[in-house]
Amino acid sequence: MKKHLKILEFALSSLLRRKYKNLSIVLVFSMVTFVIASILFLTHSFKKEALSVLEGAPQLIVQRLIAGRHALIPVSYIDEIKKMPGVGKVSPRYWGYYYDQLTGANYTIIGLDRAWSVNGRVMEGTALAPEDIGYCNIGFGVSDRRFLQVGDDLFLQDTKGGLYHFKVKGIFNMKSQLLTNDLVLITKKDFINLFQFPPSMATDLVVEVYNPSEVTNIAKKIKERLPDTRPITHDEILRTYNSLFNWRSGLMLTMFAGAVLAFVILAWDKATGLSAEERQEIGILKAIGWETSDVLALKFWEGASLSIISYLTGIIAAYFHVFFFGASIFAPALKGWSVLFPDFRLVPDIDIYQCFVLFMVTVLPYTVATIVPSWKAAVTDPDSVMRG
Amino acid sequence: MILHPGILALELGSALLILMLLYSAGLSIKILRHWDINSSSELQLNLERKTYLTSTIINYLLGYQIVSAILFIYTVDGLHTEFVGAMCATGTLNANPIGWYVLYLKILNIFIASIWIGINVLDQRSRYYPLTRLKSAGVLIMLPVFVLDGYLQTRYFLGLDPAVITSCCGALFSSQGSGLASTLSGMPIRLSQLFFLLATVFMFITGLLSLKGRRGLFKYLYGISGPVFFLVSISAIISFVSLYFYELPTHHCPFDILQADYHWIGYPLYITLFLSAVMAMLTGIYEALKSRIDEQSIVQGLQRKLIVTGLIAECIFIAICLWPILFSSFTLKGYYL
Repeated sequence: MKKHLKILEFALSSLLRRKYKNLSIVLVFSMVTFVIASILFLTHSFKKEALSVLEGAPQLIVQRLIAGRHALIPVSYIDEIKKMPGVGKVSPRYWGYYYDQLTGANYTIIGLDRAWSVNGRVMEGTALAPEDIGYCNIGFGVSDRRFLQVGDDLFLQDTKGGLYHFKVKGIFNMKSQLLTNDLVLITKKDFINLFQFPPSMATDLVVEVYNPSEVTNIAKKIKERLPDTRPITHDEILRTYNSLFNWRSGLMLTMFAGAVLAFVILAWDKATGLSAEERQEIGILKAIGWETSDVLALKFWEGASLSIISYLTGIIAAYFHVFFFGASIFAPALKGWSVLFPDFRLVPDIDIYQCFVLFMVTVLPYTVATIVPSWKAAVTDPDSVMRG
Repeated sequence: MILHPGILALELGSALLILMLLYSAGLSIKILRHWDINSSSELQLNLERKTYLTSTIINYLLGYQIVSAILFIYTVDGLHTEFVGAMCATGTLNANPIGWYVLYLKILNIFIASIWIGINVLDQRSRYYPLTRLKSAGVLIMLPVFVLDGYLQTRYFLGLDPAVITSCCGALFSSQGSGLASTLSGMPIRLSQLFFLLATVFMFITGLLSLKGRRGLFKYLYGISGPVFFLVSISAIISFVSLYFYELPTHHCPFDILQADYHWIGYPLYITLFLSAVMAMLTGIYEALKSRIDEQSIVQGLQRKLIVTGLIAECIFIAICLWPILFSSFTLKGYYL
């Protein structure tokens, strides 16, 4: 134990003596770790964010398909579904997208058909009531793009080309930005008028199931009774998001495999190209009684120190990059795309698992690249080296 | 399925480990063919140097194999959200049963690599490298096992199909049902406790006797007690120890104790179990190899260290197992058969 501590001390001082050569390795090594750690941290916290948002999503959504495409669902399906034992409330939802030519952004428009309330912390102004025809609530992103305040008018174009205007009754603020950024909330009547929506139809249905473990069975039954529908369970959405984010980060990692390879080649090259001075040093060490295994231990400690320094630097840099600077470098590739994408601060969250993965893809290749060169250095003959 | 960061890391790791092992297998074949300690040719000198390379590689191999086993369990555990019906690692392993063999192989590999390193320590301490041929043969044995591990791991991850409905650990490690896991869980608790007690006492006493006495027999017995203790302990963890950690008389899963909810108690538990088993096995193996070594004092010194470490590890392991049994309010009294 004591012997290894001494060797470690020697290794550190010999690393310091060759500052610039080792600094270049540390720099590149940290860079590689930084990139990969950023990808891992970012997808992990996106996943967390998405999952926590979806916690409140309905257990079961029923959509209708025509020719494999999402279509409007007749409201009469509600009674059919309600008849099934174990099903609680079934309610229609009215929503759609609106492409705004002025700003080039897509809004999510929801038609409100029942009363709701909102926490004063997340809204400026008042919440829309189902009878507030001609009024609307908008998200922060929409108000920002269209320069709207409470009391201003929001103009939207209907299907015939005519203009509708809605008085802004309330604006969702930054706190709920992730959910409401591109939202426009209007009454159901306005929604039907604006889009010429067929009156006995809804966009989809939300089904409440009393026993959560029966959701899959109810979904199966709905599919049997109404074969043109597509029931989507909450779990399915969660699973899809999970594998989607895993897939995205896996893809990014594969793309960066080239960088890791380049780094491995660099490490190999640096480790193989022992300078005459270093060779002489090892020769002297062996001449004064170091054994091959001691020199190997020295090389191990050198490699371990370099790896740990670079690994930690990379992780810390990635932590700052992702959680303090919003991962400005990689976010566009991993987030998805939208003009009105909310700006949000990610909640710092790292687990040991990611550190293990990172260790496996950065430190292991470095070790493999340096084993043979360090052995070659360790077995040098003292006399042949010192003779020059 | 394959584009998951954890899976990519595991696959990369396996590929690199196999690559290193292939290289050292090449060296080992050379050593097996040309090794002659009495020769003073250049070839022999080179071979002697190359043994250092092999041992360095295997040392790293063991380290990374341990990381890879932990990572495997973590990944499999993390994947359970993508399978209907899976609640922890067990569910994901059931989604493609090859996974179980991968897990067993990873554990086996850790054992093999540790034993190889133990033999290597003995070899490097003695003057004439008497065990070099044995070690080289060992590398050649390790190679196919590691390759099989990598191959099955790839097959496992490629064959994972998220549409499959798997059973969760509650269904696998429950008293009803068939298969090894259910048999272990359904084993009468009294019987399992008896076996556990016997194995523990057997190991402890043979360990103490081989520490004190000079007779080789005890050391062999201690060596045999290693794998026996390992297997019995694993079955004890499944059949009753885990119940006390979960405080649930029906939850037998050996993986959930690795999770944060149970304060990661599984890690010290399994690490001390591994240590005690490997140390005991090595003591027995050293005893068998003793005749080939000239300096008996080296063997005895090393054996002493092994036995002491092994016994300390065993005590810690037993303490961790007993802690919840003795000090938690949970009791299995109603479940004794």
